[in-house]
Amino acid sequence: MTDEPNQEPFDEAEYRRRQRSRANLMAWMLGALAILFFFITIAKMQIFS
Amino acid sequence: MAQSLTHGETALPADWRDLFALTKPRVMSLVVFTALCGLLAAPVSVHPVLAFSSILAIALGAGASGALNQWYEAGLDAKMKRTANRPLPAGRLDPQTALQFGVGLAAFSLFLMLFASNWQATLLLAVSILFYVFVYTMWLKPRTPQNIVIGGAAGAFPPLIGWVAATGSIAPLPVMLFLLIFLWTPPHFWALALFMRSDYAAAGIPMMPVVAGEKSTRRQILFYALIMAAAAIAPWPLGYTGALYGWTAAILSALFVVLSVQVGTRTTGEGDLMQPEKRLFAYSIAYLFILFGAIVADHWWPL
Repeated sequence: MTDEPNQEPFDEAEYRRRQRSRANLMAWMLGALAILFFFITIAKMQIFS
Repeated sequence: MAQSLTHGETALPADWRDLFALTKPRVMSLVVFTALCGLLAAPVSVHPVLAFSSILAIALGAGASGALNQWYEAGLDAKMKRTANRPLPAGRLDPQTALQFGVGLAAFSLFLMLFASNWQATLLLAVSILFYVFVYTMWLKPRTPQNIVIGGAAGAFPPLIGWVAATGSIAPLPVMLFLLIFLWTPPHFWALALFMRSDYAAAGIPMMPVVAGEKSTRRQILFYALIMAAAAIAPWPLGYTGALYGWTAAILSALFVVLSVQVGTRTTGEGDLMQPEKRLFAYSIAYLFILFGAIVADHWWPL
């Protein structure tokens, strides 16, 4: 008998699903930040002009 | 230390829901609300985009503090029923990911605050994050039953930061709001600690009921409720708010004191359901929400 830890089988489908879900979320967040930074810049230009 | 969801050499990427849970969204809602009230009660008008960005920065800073708190306390959380299902103790998230997420979010929140607002608000946000993580989580909480009292300062920062983000300077009213949350925290958390006492004892956290006993905790709840009520009403006679806030504060604080008297003067036996403590805890949350709403209402629609 060996003392190897009881490992679950690697679930590639779950791995890909989580990767896709995080990548999608990251894309949306980066898009939202780009828009937010654009409007912050516009707002600051209005205030300081 | 929590077990991460690993399969041999390959770790599963963290689910975004677990990363979101790491930010303590329920605590964040109170932070966002009090910060927004601080910003809206300021005597200047702020561009809506800059106001939104400042509040977002405060929310992200609070989320980062929550994430770093959960990263540091994963071992303790595993011992308490209330927190055992959090992503780290439940093993759904890798500690390294949680640490990187927390530090990254903190840095980003400061950058956003500096970009959208001013350095004074950024400095206060940085101090509040560092205070919560290093002074409260790492230093006070595991060492002293006064952890909640001093640590309450971390939760009291948001209205002050909101005000400073709008005006660039500190004034008496936001300092009073800071003081209000600071004094509100002990009765709020000790009411929770009374009915969660066995949980805190199991985790070895020196909360007041565990160290000083129930009787002393109940007396201190009543003591803090009385000075908190005075601090809540003070802005009215001092001329910083109007009658709308004054009457709201007087009535709600009187009810807070009544509920605290019920908790402060009772003794419990075996199998007590702790209803007065649960009632005070629930009421204390509503109390803060309504009182801060009244500050804004009083500023915009004075009687």
